[in-house]
Amino acid sequence: MVSIDARRSGPATETRVDLQLVANLVAPKSRVLDVGCGDGALLQLLTETRGCDARGIEISQSGVNACVARGLAVIQGDADADLVYYPDDSFDYVILSQTLQATEQPKVVLEHLLRIGRRAIVSFPNFGHISVRGGLFFNGRMPVTENLAYSWFDTPNIHFCTIRDFVALTKLVRAETEQAIALNHAGKPLSLRAPWWFWNLFGEQAVFVLKRG
Amino acid sequence: MSDEAVEFARLKQVNDPDSLVARFGSENPLPLDAGIAIAPWQIAYQTYGTLNADKSNAILICHALTGDQHVANVHPVTGKSGWWESMVGPGRPIDLDRYFVICANVAGGCMGTTGPASINAATGEPWGLDLPVVTIRDMVRAQALLIDHLGIDTLFAVVGGSMGGMQVLQWAASYPDRVFAVIPIATSAKHSSQNIAFHEVGRQAIMADPDWRRGRYLAEGVSPKKGLSVARMAAHITYMSDSSLQAKFGRRLQDREQMSFGFDADFQIESYLRHQGMSFVDRFDANSYLYVTRAMDYFDLAADYGGKLANAFLGSRTRFCVMSFTSDWLFPTEESRALVHALNASGARVSFAEIDSDRGHDAFLLDVPEMFDIVRGFLDAAARERGLR
Repeated sequence: MVSIDARRSGPATETRVDLQLVANLVAPKSRVLDVGCGDGALLQLLTETRGCDARGIEISQSGVNACVARGLAVIQGDADADLVYYPDDSFDYVILSQTLQATEQPKVVLEHLLRIGRRAIVSFPNFGHISVRGGLFFNGRMPVTENLAYSWFDTPNIHFCTIRDFVALTKLVRAETEQAIALNHAGKPLSLRAPWWFWNLFGEQAVFVLKRG
Repeated sequence: MSDEAVEFARLKQVNDPDSLVARFGSENPLPLDAGIAIAPWQIAYQTYGTLNADKSNAILICHALTGDQHVANVHPVTGKSGWWESMVGPGRPIDLDRYFVICANVAGGCMGTTGPASINAATGEPWGLDLPVVTIRDMVRAQALLIDHLGIDTLFAVVGGSMGGMQVLQWAASYPDRVFAVIPIATSAKHSSQNIAFHEVGRQAIMADPDWRRGRYLAEGVSPKKGLSVARMAAHITYMSDSSLQAKFGRRLQDREQMSFGFDADFQIESYLRHQGMSFVDRFDANSYLYVTRAMDYFDLAADYGGKLANAFLGSRTRFCVMSFTSDWLFPTEESRALVHALNASGARVSFAEIDSDRGHDAFLLDVPEMFDIVRGFLDAAARERGLR
């Protein structure tokens, strides 16, 4: 699977598995806002293959430049500061991909996603994964894994959660989970029949489709 | 050149400019927001590149407060190169191998479009303060009449910085079906209180000059050069950032080892500002400065749409590309963000970038590669959607 930075610097030409998976959750011809859209790969995929009217928010100058050069409508900003200015129900989907753990106020951000979009698609790295638990348990150090490649002192990821933590947050903000998918190391979905504890231990990533409850 | 020769060269531009001119008679008056229509009137402009067969590749560039139509050619008065040659030219971001570029002097200006220095046909004398106050919307209305005159229905893009950006926004609001894409740079949907204040200082400097003669200086054969020069000096400070002034001048002294204990230009920054002020009066009319600063002060796009900026762009299909610069304190990023939030709220298609630069407001006129990349990329993408080759 992909780390936060891999998404930004990944190849623009070939479609990555994680992007395709998110794109498949979006109904054709819908209005989509991708929060933290990186170089615009997902926006372009949604525009070209699903006929969506896709917009983005991106904090990095290089990401914004790349998006604008691709003809995508992207504004420089971030989830914490800018979502508040979007009207209710202005999009069919709001996507927050691999960004929730880097926001200052994940709960507030999630509430905005649910307010702005009829549906919110949220993906995040699972801090309950076995490798993370193992790293802390055996080494007594904050885990640095392939998927979470930062040291504790320079990580942009300030609000980690496990899949079960996230499920609890969805209840707190009264969101209804329409779909949830846990992905293994290869980015492949785990069995749908697996229980939550299995997902929480072996899912490296999770993708949730939420709507207001 | 002697002072008289410079003055003569400048005044020639007012009525008989070294550029293209569209002249409109009494059958085509220019209606102004002040409630008066003026006629005859004229608009001076330059074009570059080639208009394609279906007239779909035209880009209008709107100039800033003291700019003019000479965007990409040698200036007829100063002999300097065009004010945006880094942006506009063959192979440049606004590519003259591809696009047909139009740039017109604004209404109220002094480079050939009707302004306070132009001859009022009714009296045979310069308009002076008899010219009604013009607004940004008046400037844009005059440009739209020029575009009609050129037989162009829809502009591919309208681009401009600062006051030019205000015109760009007015274009998008007034003629949404006539602009495919717009690039407002380092601008705002309304002029701030602080900016009005700076303009008022400039205007008071002009009007305090004994040679201003209540605006009748042309008829009386004098010129309020001191006042206009001070106005320019004050304004010029606002175009630069503190850090760029520090880097360029610091506290360095001008051609001397120590302070003179007098009021000469001891510091380089003083000498620089004096030079800016004095060279400005060679190419600009004092009354025009009053009119054009007033137009900016009056600009408040939201006020025209029930106080809600988003309403100015409701249902717009125009593509917006908004840009600001980190060190610009005259048109700070927050104002561009407010514009972007309004555009988002109206559902308009908008891109926005805040570009890192320490050059202050002037950055939009300078070599800033990120700005060039974004303009080029945005126009390329818009051209693809428009079906331009």
